[in-house]
Amino acid sequence: MSAPSLPYVRQTAGAGAARAAARRRGSGHGSERRPGWVTYLLLTLALAVFVLPIYYAFLLASSDAQTIAQNPIPGLLPEGNFLANVERVLESDIGFWKALTNSVIVATVTAASTVLFSTLAGFSFSKLRFRGRKGLLLFVIATTAVPTQLGIIPLFIVMSQLGWIGQLQAVIVPGLVTAFGVFWMTQYLESALPYELIEAARVDGASMIRTFWSVALPAARPAAVMLGLFTFVASWTNFFWPFIVLGSTNPTLPVALQLLQASYFKDMSLIMAGVVLSTIPLLVLFAVAGRQLVAGIMAGAVKG
Amino acid sequence: MATSTRPPRMRRPAQDPSRAPRRVGFSQTLSRWDVKVSPYLYISPFFLLFGLTGLFPLLYTAYVSVFDWHLLGGQGDFVGFENFAFVFNEPNFWKGLRNTFSIFALSTIPQLMVAVVLAAILDANLRAKTFWRMGVLVPYVVAPVAVALIFGKVFADQSGVANAVLALVGIDPIGWHAQPLPSHIAIATMVNFRWTGYNTLILLAAMQAVPRDLYEAAVIDGAGRVRQFFSITIPQLRPTIIFVVITSTIGGLQIFDEPRMFDQLGQGGPGRQWMTVTMYVYELAFGSQKSFGRAAAVAWVLFIIIVAIGVLNFWLTQRIASDSSATAKARKKVAR
Repeated sequence: MSAPSLPYVRQTAGAGAARAAARRRGSGHGSERRPGWVTYLLLTLALAVFVLPIYYAFLLASSDAQTIAQNPIPGLLPEGNFLANVERVLESDIGFWKALTNSVIVATVTAASTVLFSTLAGFSFSKLRFRGRKGLLLFVIATTAVPTQLGIIPLFIVMSQLGWIGQLQAVIVPGLVTAFGVFWMTQYLESALPYELIEAARVDGASMIRTFWSVALPAARPAAVMLGLFTFVASWTNFFWPFIVLGSTNPTLPVALQLLQASYFKDMSLIMAGVVLSTIPLLVLFAVAGRQLVAGIMAGAVKG
Repeated sequence: MATSTRPPRMRRPAQDPSRAPRRVGFSQTLSRWDVKVSPYLYISPFFLLFGLTGLFPLLYTAYVSVFDWHLLGGQGDFVGFENFAFVFNEPNFWKGLRNTFSIFALSTIPQLMVAVVLAAILDANLRAKTFWRMGVLVPYVVAPVAVALIFGKVFADQSGVANAVLALVGIDPIGWHAQPLPSHIAIATMVNFRWTGYNTLILLAAMQAVPRDLYEAAVIDGAGRVRQFFSITIPQLRPTIIFVVITSTIGGLQIFDEPRMFDQLGQGGPGRQWMTVTMYVYELAFGSQKSFGRAAAVAWVLFIIIVAIGVLNFWLTQRIASDSSATAKARKKVAR
């Protein structure tokens, strides 16, 4: 590409200049004319398809079981039972608060540690010289193709040996760092962290870890935010392994939803209230930080 | 692991014996060690963890698969390939395999086609770009289990929206849970709902990296939008398409959450008409049989299939994409 990459501009000329450069480049073709209304119509339709099912869940959650059974197509506006249904979910025996707390803990810890360990490894792979660097990095990339889900049987054996069945660390530990994270941070730091900065820190007498902490980590921020969000969402929505290893006594939210369906399968409004409740935290997070998540995906795939 | 190999020590040229050896300060030694050891230290968390939770389980699965192994009883006798033989003789295994492939094909193929088109639309010089991009990503924050519950209701046999809408158009209600194909379509719809937008953004990002002068040249040559899309955009997206296809394959062949949640029993239907291979692994290991050995055998068969399909995918995508780029080149020559 002829235009300098945005992280580089941000580094050398500040965020304002980066924004200006981004504006000039537009999405790469700033001079092109605006598309017509057909484009917007198509996009609106696509968006409706993506958002309607979520709204539908909310509609059902605000209704009651009888109405739902009688009217397959609900009214367009929610009815008034949402809070009552929410209350019933909270009072049910699936342990909603515990599940929520568990999900918050698991998602936060795995997101934080994935960011930290991936940035450490990414710093090492992209900027430090050591023997076997290329081979090891290739190995990391290769492991992204190994479906870890298929190792659940021995993993379960290991966890039961450790006495971790039913405990959160059984879900947290396997998620502490991912190959994708390492690869992602390596790619990002490669271009975003100039060698000069590292050398300057070293000349000033900073140790390696100090250099990492005060130079590499701040430079990695945009990519780290994206990786953190990504890991958080993946961890929050994960079902298979928590379902196997945690069971019904100490569930995360998806596991609790499964319990809700298994025990109240005729009460659709209750189940949908649970669905909405478990989705709201992520929707809020997405409303706050979705822009960065999208920007991260956009930045990452360009290099891919 | 190779992390333990240290670089060979650099020998200094022999020093003049008459001079006292230079004393190396402690902090200097420390700093040298710091430089040498730190890189390995920083990458070690990944390798330790992968060894423990990725590589070891995979290899150990192969070991478990040749033993009689019970969930509660633990390791039993060595049985060789008996577990594999048992599984291959089970009709449910073959059903699971058929269902998995059917759901995989019904989700991946339309999903990627829609994603490419949607990405092409988003690639235009839109107003409120970020709004539209965020919009397509909304389903991604809904957990698969929640998606399955929502669409389970949409595709309910008696009181579902899908059948109600079909009735409006005058089509008889479909037994979404009764027949294999309708249930596969319903489950594939859940997968498509959650992942289409995500793949759209990845493809869009790759599209934006396509050099714009290619399009300018095409316009000068008189190529229309559709022609540009097939002769420039698609060939240029080749590596990204390979990436998306491979990740979808790995995910798609392991599908569990959505079919598991499609009814409250979670067994893939009374005739196992939507039971997938991963559900079968779960059932063998944690269901009534509690046979880890047989479950491990199935897991390994699935692993080999995934690797094989991954390689095949790679080969096919490479071929298709290079064919079309070759024709694009040929066309360019003719145009000149």
